[in-house]
Amino acid sequence: MNSNNNNAVDVKVINLKKKFEDIEVLKGVSFNVNPGEIFVIIGPSGSGKSVLLKHIIGLETPDEGDILINGESILGANVLAKYRIAMVFQSSALLNSLTVEENVGLYLTEHRLKPPEEIKKIVSEKLELVGLKGAENKMPSELSGGMRKRAAIARALVIEPQLILFDEPTSELDPIIAVTIAEEILNLKKRINATSIVVTHDRDLAFAIGDRIAMLYEGKLLFVGTPDKIRECRDPIVKRFISTELNISNHNE
Amino acid sequence: MFQNIGEIIILLWKTIKDLPRVWIERKKVFEQLYEIGNASLLMACILSAFIGGVVSLQTGPVVVERGLGEVLGGVVGIAVCKELAPVMMAVLIAGRIGSAMTAEIGSMQVYQEIDALRTMNISPIRFLVLPRIVAISIALPTLVIFAILVGWFGGAIVAAYNYQIGIPMKTFFNNLKNVVEFQDLMHGLVKTFVFAVVIGVISCHQGLTTVGGPRGIGRSVTKSVVNSIVMILILDYFLTRLLLYIEK
Repeated sequence: MNSNNNNAVDVKVINLKKKFEDIEVLKGVSFNVNPGEIFVIIGPSGSGKSVLLKHIIGLETPDEGDILINGESILGANVLAKYRIAMVFQSSALLNSLTVEENVGLYLTEHRLKPPEEIKKIVSEKLELVGLKGAENKMPSELSGGMRKRAAIARALVIEPQLILFDEPTSELDPIIAVTIAEEILNLKKRINATSIVVTHDRDLAFAIGDRIAMLYEGKLLFVGTPDKIRECRDPIVKRFISTELNISNHNE
Repeated sequence: MFQNIGEIIILLWKTIKDLPRVWIERKKVFEQLYEIGNASLLMACILSAFIGGVVSLQTGPVVVERGLGEVLGGVVGIAVCKELAPVMMAVLIAGRIGSAMTAEIGSMQVYQEIDALRTMNISPIRFLVLPRIVAISIALPTLVIFAILVGWFGGAIVAAYNYQIGIPMKTFFNNLKNVVEFQDLMHGLVKTFVFAVVIGVISCHQGLTTVGGPRGIGRSVTKSVVNSIVMILILDYFLTRLLLYIEK
């Protein structure tokens, strides 16, 4: 495994459709993500964002359509295994029976890519990067939500990913931790130049980190463009989603 | 139901294909062996002592009344070794270990830990299923050997000290030694091995197919224990037929 900074991949999603029983979750979604780009997919809860992400990493198989990584369909045998792809789950998905150190080093340990001493060193470095130095021997249950999320990011970093997927990285976090996570995603871009796809309904996060933003609504992409372009978008659903403010005038009456 | 059976067979086949990697996964196998042994050995010994005792208690007075008291050792020996220890231990392990396996894998499935393994290109079968099936396949026959020995002692003690039976331990064990052959022990152990694989694969399959949060985990655990016990009892009949046919 090397630390080549120029190996980010491009992702092309072509007319992706998915039904669960009678419910059509994705209704023909298409977009491209450029190498090294932070591509943010926003949309209300239940719009199909997480399902879309699961398709990109191969956890779901589409009913129709295709996903290409560097021009190769991920539906082909062993194509995903050729690329280093990591995902940070909404729930962090740390293995509860393992310590933080074992969780973060799991990829290297299981694939026997490095000797144990080197794995320990790499894990320690990655934990320091996400501000979790000293948490090596803690169990996931002993960590706060933000710490678990950062441990999950450290686990993703160990893979030295060419493509990294974030599922609601700031959900359930307080605003300060959310800012830390957002900075971490931006730092990742600078440090390893990985292509990032971030799924969120957090508008602040989307505008702060996104090179481009896509809006998914009821299984369809309503808009794809830069943060400036989406602010100018006249689609009423997009406009409402990005500009609705909490404004309860009679709160103190 | 047929879909489940098909999925279980596929899971077993994939696990068998991964068997050459078991040496690499030996640490996890040892962890599971420790878990199973630690959780079940004492319970297995207590249970089998009473099983042997009750067989003695039920059959002892009948054979003694007919002047056949000296055959009691053989009767208890065969019953415990070929039937009672394998089946009762398998039922105990299905309830105690199979349920724990399903709950652990099920909760990993519900909380996306298994998805996380897949995204890291780590096969859940190699990481979770293989060590558990190998461990239970070693642990259950070992427990059954203990259970048979303790069961025989339980039977001998009841035979010696029950006033309706009163067969000395020496007579009991002499007859047991004359009647029970190595082949009989193997008969019990072959059945046990099959039961172990069945419990392991059903429990892991139920865990991997868990959906729907904590309630789903509870449902999966119940299904895994019930299905395992049903399969043990059905297979017991057919395996006994097969093994008796082979023994002829």
